[in-house]
Amino acid sequence: MSPTVKPVNQKAWWLILPVILCVSFSAIIPLMTVVNYSVQDILGPNQAVFVGTEWFASIMRDEDLHAALWRQLLFSGAVLALEIPLGVALALSMPAKGWRASAVLVIVSLSLLIPWNVVGTIWQIFGRTDIGLFGWALTQLGIDYSYVGDPLQAWLTVLLMDVWHWTPLVALLAYAGLQAIPQAYYQAASIDGASKWAVFRYIQLPKLRGVLMIAVLLRFMDSFMIYTEPFVLTGGGPGNSTTFLSQYLTQRAIGQFDMGPAAAFSLIYFLIILLFCFVLYNWMLRVGTGSTEAHHD
Amino acid sequence: MARIDLDLAHSYQAVVRSDDDYALLPLKITFEDGGAYALLGPSGCGKTTMLNIISGLVAASHGTVCFDGVDCTRATPQQRNIAQVFQFPVIYDTMTVGENLAFPLRNRRVPAAQVKERVGRIAEMLDLSGVLDQRAANLAADAKQKISLGRGLVRPDVSAVLFDEPLTVIDPHLKWELRRKLKQIHHELGLTLIYVTHDQVEAMTFADQVLVMARGRVVQQGTPAELFERPRHTFVGHFIGSPGMNLLPVERHPDGSLWLSGQVLSGGESLSLPTGSLILGIRPEYLRIVPQAQAGAVQAVVQRVRHIGTSQLVSARVGELDLKAHIGPDASAPAPGDEIHLALLDDHTCFYQNEELIA
Repeated sequence: MSPTVKPVNQKAWWLILPVILCVSFSAIIPLMTVVNYSVQDILGPNQAVFVGTEWFASIMRDEDLHAALWRQLLFSGAVLALEIPLGVALALSMPAKGWRASAVLVIVSLSLLIPWNVVGTIWQIFGRTDIGLFGWALTQLGIDYSYVGDPLQAWLTVLLMDVWHWTPLVALLAYAGLQAIPQAYYQAASIDGASKWAVFRYIQLPKLRGVLMIAVLLRFMDSFMIYTEPFVLTGGGPGNSTTFLSQYLTQRAIGQFDMGPAAAFSLIYFLIILLFCFVLYNWMLRVGTGSTEAHHD
Repeated sequence: MARIDLDLAHSYQAVVRSDDDYALLPLKITFEDGGAYALLGPSGCGKTTMLNIISGLVAASHGTVCFDGVDCTRATPQQRNIAQVFQFPVIYDTMTVGENLAFPLRNRRVPAAQVKERVGRIAEMLDLSGVLDQRAANLAADAKQKISLGRGLVRPDVSAVLFDEPLTVIDPHLKWELRRKLKQIHHELGLTLIYVTHDQVEAMTFADQVLVMARGRVVQQGTPAELFERPRHTFVGHFIGSPGMNLLPVERHPDGSLWLSGQVLSGGESLSLPTGSLILGIRPEYLRIVPQAQAGAVQAVVQRVRHIGTSQLVSARVGELDLKAHIGPDASAPAPGDEIHLALLDDHTCFYQNEELIA
């Protein structure tokens, strides 16, 4: 080891200063105001009392929050369990090249181009038993369907809406992953006498690991923060059956003006998403190969 | 194991207008059961296309492929019972080395005991016994290619094993070893092997029969010795050998005299050759420097001499023509600028007309 110490050059800090400024205004300062709210009881202008972790303690004991959290976890779990396999299946059945591929890509992407509140409105009409195709068809089949009256049906309708809206994203990611598999793998599998299932299990699925990881993370984060579509479709009801976390949070913050507890929970919410993504990411990195990409040559 | 008869042509275009549209021009070839064949030729000559037609990955646009006399033109690789090894290693990432090797057998529902025995044997042949339980994804490129080779060889009952430049990614010193292994496996198992390569050394050391291909046709099929001694086409003469055959334009006059670059080749009168423009071919290995003018020799000026290890390569000039000659590694070499005499006419001299061998 050389005993000489390099002179420390501090000039580089000036180069990242613009980024620090931008991120401060866009993320750090807003986040700090939330932190600020979460540790104070604000009674009025210039009337604030420091309360420490009191808001955190009280929100953690909130029964409504517990219900919303479980509802949310169940919802995100169901979203992943449905959209990932469906998306992969959709990608596998899409044509690989030619004009059909382009046409199918456009059709599949359509639902991704619709603004979220419009998605809610579309399903609001789609599910109506008098003029909506979906609701009408279910009624004709003898099912007593009502997404505004029945909590379970409301919940399932929101889930179905999310699957309809976001499965194409998973499909597009998986499709891109499938396109990247060299033809030689399929040729070798054909020579080796592999069945269709074996090709999927030993070639396609392992090669899709990277894009599926992104798909799982995106769909988890997005579904965990879902707000607009159920808000438009059911308004969180009937009862609280489709009130997910962010809607609950909004009710506390804007509806009841409980800024302290809402801010405290915002931070917890943020940490939950971070934690889940961290766990999912690390799990998916290991699953299947027992190695990381770094070992590849 | 099977005899394979090809009688076909192939074009990747839907509509064939001229010969240029063919990847393979009409050809008729037989691969005998248990033979070791090499398809040798430059890039784009159609050798991989031919291999893929044999394996069934590509269906020939015209003609037939027969295995033991049975028409298999439209049969899948599985139905033909073919094994094929590709240029770049294809391994199943999530499996261990042993599972990779067992994969072709398990897909065919071979009993577990037999799978174990075969995998063990192939792993031993390829020095993979030590890593059977390791994940294949973590191995180096040459080990991965050995797995690919192993998967090609693991089935004892295949019609043929096809290799598509399988040693491209392998280090040179390992190439020799693997090629020797393949030869040894060929002797032990008696499989029909067809090996595609653009490397003549690889083709000549591996195969009993080499098919030299150029621009979609097989220009010569023969043993390595035949290709070296009597190239039937100037392309073969030029392509095989390092450097390739000296190909020199000569003129046969009606009076029987043979002219090369303004010099008469004495002794050429006795040869039975047609009159007109011909090509004289002689390998650098057979081109001798003789002490003085004699029958069949021409005068040349030495350009340079390079010592290339196993021999010295003398480049000389006759008029406008460049000639190359190998001389022994410890022979006293002429110096650049020296006038020497090169004996062009002996038993090894070939004559070509329109690129085809005539004498």
